[in-house]
Amino acid sequence: MTFEPADRVEKVPPSGIRRFFELAEEMDDIISLGVGEPDFTAPWAAREAAIASLERGRTSYTANRGKRELRERIARFEADKHELPYDPDEEILVTAGASEGIDLAFRALSNPGDAIAVVQPSYVSYVPDATFAGAEVVDVPTRAEDEFKLTRDVLESSGAAEADVLVYCYPNNPTGATMTGDELAEVAAFCQEHDLVVFADEIYADLTYEHDHTSIATLPGMRERTIVFNGFSKAFAMTGFRLGYAMGPPEAIEAMNRIHQYTMLSAPTTAQYAAIEALDSCWGEVQEMTSQYDRRRKYVLSRFEEMGIDCFEAAGAFYAFPKCPWDDAEEFAEALLQEEGVAVVPGTAFGEGGSGHLRVSYATGLPDLKEAMSRMESFLE
Amino acid sequence: MSSRREILDLLRENARYTTEDIARQTDFSVEEVAAAIEDFEEAGIVRGYQAVVDWGAVETEDERVRATVELNVALDRETNYGDIAERIAKFPEVTSLRLVSGDYDFDLEVEGDSMREVSHFISDKIAPIPEITQTVTHYIMESYKEQGMEFGDRDDDDRLSVSP
Repeated sequence: MTFEPADRVEKVPPSGIRRFFELAEEMDDIISLGVGEPDFTAPWAAREAAIASLERGRTSYTANRGKRELRERIARFEADKHELPYDPDEEILVTAGASEGIDLAFRALSNPGDAIAVVQPSYVSYVPDATFAGAEVVDVPTRAEDEFKLTRDVLESSGAAEADVLVYCYPNNPTGATMTGDELAEVAAFCQEHDLVVFADEIYADLTYEHDHTSIATLPGMRERTIVFNGFSKAFAMTGFRLGYAMGPPEAIEAMNRIHQYTMLSAPTTAQYAAIEALDSCWGEVQEMTSQYDRRRKYVLSRFEEMGIDCFEAAGAFYAFPKCPWDDAEEFAEALLQEEGVAVVPGTAFGEGGSGHLRVSYATGLPDLKEAMSRMESFLE
Repeated sequence: MSSRREILDLLRENARYTTEDIARQTDFSVEEVAAAIEDFEEAGIVRGYQAVVDWGAVETEDERVRATVELNVALDRETNYGDIAERIAKFPEVTSLRLVSGDYDFDLEVEGDSMREVSHFISDKIAPIPEITQTVTHYIMESYKEQGMEFGDRDDDDRLSVSP
């Protein structure tokens, strides 16, 4: 008897960046612009709340849906900040990171054989999660000339009309693209015409630079057909706490909770205490971190411009997504890593829609960023 | 749109940023940054540029000794705080001097090559000033943070070098 991976596991190829990661691990003196997580530490008040919860021995499970106190805070925050009023008892589920929420949504709200339209380039988990749920994936590739925004054109030409679910992430990982309310209205109309539900990953909602974030769930007729995902990893720099949440109509959240209660039971208790404090008192830090990212963003964009590398001006998240100066982005990224010790991620790691590009994270301090850009410049020479 | 205040924030963060570095991080051109810095210097808003040194990490026998000194003073009709401050601030050993509220009047920072030198400076030069009624000297034993910068091992980043 040996262990053979199940068919649905075999169907999912290893992460496109794994080989790259292994290479990077073996090397010294590398500067990584491959990190999709903040270089800041979680705000002290949130960490202190986590410590205090442990000191008081608060180490048991919480309610499956998450501590009520936290759900109330989330409800208040989402209503005030993003105009998303949700009922803390029935419409919010606290998960172990937004990633868990997305996986739950695929498994709880789609049947094997259902078609899931994935807007690409996309966060690396959507396609594997859809596959694990037995769904079929429809690629919806966005284009550099549209600034990687989702348009009706793209939806129509990709065959998304036949899909049951549309999943996207705006502000986007890996491109940094954002969508305005007007642009989302086109998408909303399409989804209503063709009866698609939307999984809107809004984990970067509070990391925007040019305009405030708009959620598609705020548009007429969309609240009832949308699940919104958010969490504490990006804006609050709390990646290791593994805490996120999903918001949607009661029947959807109930279905997701059905799986959550048998797999995760409840999100980490310590992290929930930290999250309450984060929402209560850590907005100053979020603003400070956002303004630092904005400065780094401007810096990186201007360096690319000086190098003659085409890069559209991303307005959210902490990624630049320049065109790769070589035809093969994987080859370029590997050579850059081996010759100059700079890690960037080839766009293909985020699906075919990312080919010909590189993802460059500026969630790295400015001194390293400067050095990395200089090394890239000399590599190109 | 960036404000000139951002240029000050950046200089405070790292005075060695070049004008190009600052321009790249703001909406100002290189020329505008250079002009703003010149204005700040001329107006006395930017008073100088110094390195933040972790003396504890310097492997040398010429150790710098620093102390903070609490000073109490007694004023009379002819002398105010400004007069006393002017007199004390002139000593090169004094690295900072502030008038503070609370149990004492001035907060003084002194630097020297040895404890002996610092002690002598306090007893010979500061204590004898007629308006000074009391000095309490605290030698700095270890510095964990200076001018907003934390000292110690910063190499604790174990984030995935490449991550989703």
